[in-house]
Amino acid sequence: MIFAYLIKRIVYALIVLFMVSVVTFSIIRLAPGGPSLLADPKLSKPEIAQIERQLGIDKPIPVQFVLWLTQILRGDLGKSFLYQTGNLETIMTRLPNTLILAGVSLLISILIAVPLGLYSAVRPYGALDQSLGVLSLISISIPVFWLGLLLIILFAVTLRILPAGGMASPGLEDSLVDRAKHLILPVFVLSTAGIAEIMRYTRSSARNVLRQDFVRTARAKGLSEGTLQRRHVLRNALIPVVTIIGLQLPRLVGGAAVTETIFSWPGMGRLGVEAALSRDYPLIMAITLFVAVAVVAFNLIVDLIYPLLDPRIGLE
Amino acid sequence: MDSDFSTPNVLLNRVRSGSYASRVMRRFYKHRLAVISLVVLVVLYAFAFLGPFFNRNDSEAVDLGNQLARISWTHPLGTDESGRDVLIRLMLGGRVSLAVGTFAVLFSLLVGVSVGGLAGFFLGWVDTLLMRFTDGVLAIPAFFVVLCALTFFGSSLPNIILVIGLTSWMGLARLVRGEILSVRQEVYVEAVRALGAQNYSILLRHVLPQVIPTMIVNGTLGVANAILAESALSFLGVGVQPPAASWGNMLSGAQNYLYNAPWLAIYPGMLILLTVLAFNLIGDGLRDATDPTLQ
Repeated sequence: MIFAYLIKRIVYALIVLFMVSVVTFSIIRLAPGGPSLLADPKLSKPEIAQIERQLGIDKPIPVQFVLWLTQILRGDLGKSFLYQTGNLETIMTRLPNTLILAGVSLLISILIAVPLGLYSAVRPYGALDQSLGVLSLISISIPVFWLGLLLIILFAVTLRILPAGGMASPGLEDSLVDRAKHLILPVFVLSTAGIAEIMRYTRSSARNVLRQDFVRTARAKGLSEGTLQRRHVLRNALIPVVTIIGLQLPRLVGGAAVTETIFSWPGMGRLGVEAALSRDYPLIMAITLFVAVAVVAFNLIVDLIYPLLDPRIGLE
Repeated sequence: MDSDFSTPNVLLNRVRSGSYASRVMRRFYKHRLAVISLVVLVVLYAFAFLGPFFNRNDSEAVDLGNQLARISWTHPLGTDESGRDVLIRLMLGGRVSLAVGTFAVLFSLLVGVSVGGLAGFFLGWVDTLLMRFTDGVLAIPAFFVVLCALTFFGSSLPNIILVIGLTSWMGLARLVRGEILSVRQEVYVEAVRALGAQNYSILLRHVLPQVIPTMIVNGTLGVANAILAESALSFLGVGVQPPAASWGNMLSGAQNYLYNAPWLAIYPGMLILLTVLAFNLIGDGLRDATDPTLQ
């Protein structure tokens, strides 16, 4: 049973990956005129044909797709117009910076959001729950880049206590304190919406658990509220929260694009924005594909550990 | 996700008179914040669409002798880096932001309901294909695709609307599919089928209307996200192109004057926040009002 569940998840992930590659390939092919070289009107017909042959775009679309796919599967994500290195290499030099930012933000979001969500669920419609509700709606509604600008105005321009951007001050690259200072504002911006989302989800999930019969049974047999919440409610409430944390991943990378741009954070998101703005299509498509594969892989991992958290799954 | 942060209305729920719509409206009106948001939205739409008729300033009139001016009679909110009147630009920028948000959502509703509806109604391989496709699109970082598409095809208003719509239908498709899955098992659907109704008429006339509340709720929340998306794109310079104003590109311009004119960055941001918050609150209120488990 559980084996069938695991196989099914893996097959699903493979189908999704295939869909991802089809969509990405279609976007590349949809680009009007293909690579910008061909848009040059000074090129003669034979020259264009020559370039098309070199790029392999004179072949039928399905053949091109298969060629493109085998190239990707070999780990070759193509060459960028701007950078001399291969796309995969370029991405890999920026990836650690994004992982630091996204990782710290996700960690902080979870640490803040889960306890607050649980508290709200235990005391629904109380003063804290109501204010948290409004606050979380504001966090979801605030434009990321605007929040960033406001924080820069306040902390970097007016108070002058935090840097306005970058990863480290010149000459202080080895100072941990300096690096932490550079992290504060971007992490704040990046976790705001995440905290709100995870908190709302934790709250509703915990409220669902609190309504269940086994909670009533546990209360009836005289369990203290504290033990009940820790041993019975928390455990069951956190299962669906794992999913929403998985869903944060694309947002962390997508949202990180704007955040990284505002705070000049040299990560993958900013790389993507720069690539798109300078029309470096091979690079932006490589990043898109890279992130998509990472997201599918992460969701698959979540799916695979799900039965460990919730034994009911896979038995259906 | 249940997300009501308001009082449950036990008393109200006992009264189940009137049509479905009137019951929903009654429950909605109990949501103070949602009703206030509705009023705020009406004011915002009036500000953007009617306001310019009362303001004689020209949004594109550059006045280089009067850059970054403070509040005055002729320029109630001052002027920007090119000496243009900020108030009129806020109004016209609002038109763009609100229009993009509204139309992008209409488009995403069309796609989302079609995909989710077909998948949930026909099941089988149609379902597998459509839903895996949805998962695939969901895994792709929409933001980069949007950036890319706009640099490909140009940042015209229809393109912005199309691209935002095309990258925001997935959640709705999943919801609609789930709902149709449960609706199609209802006895009345079986009865209609027994009476000899065709598939398409069952789907269009008897099943889809059940999904309308979900569409309205999701659409309202979707406008909020579409406005945020448009503002982020315009902020990065691939959205609405200057000299035309949008709240997002006004912020982009303001970025360079954070030191000497921080207010330029405050106004458009406040308006985006207010609009998006209002849409989110109304969406939440509608969700609670239409949620059958709360009735």
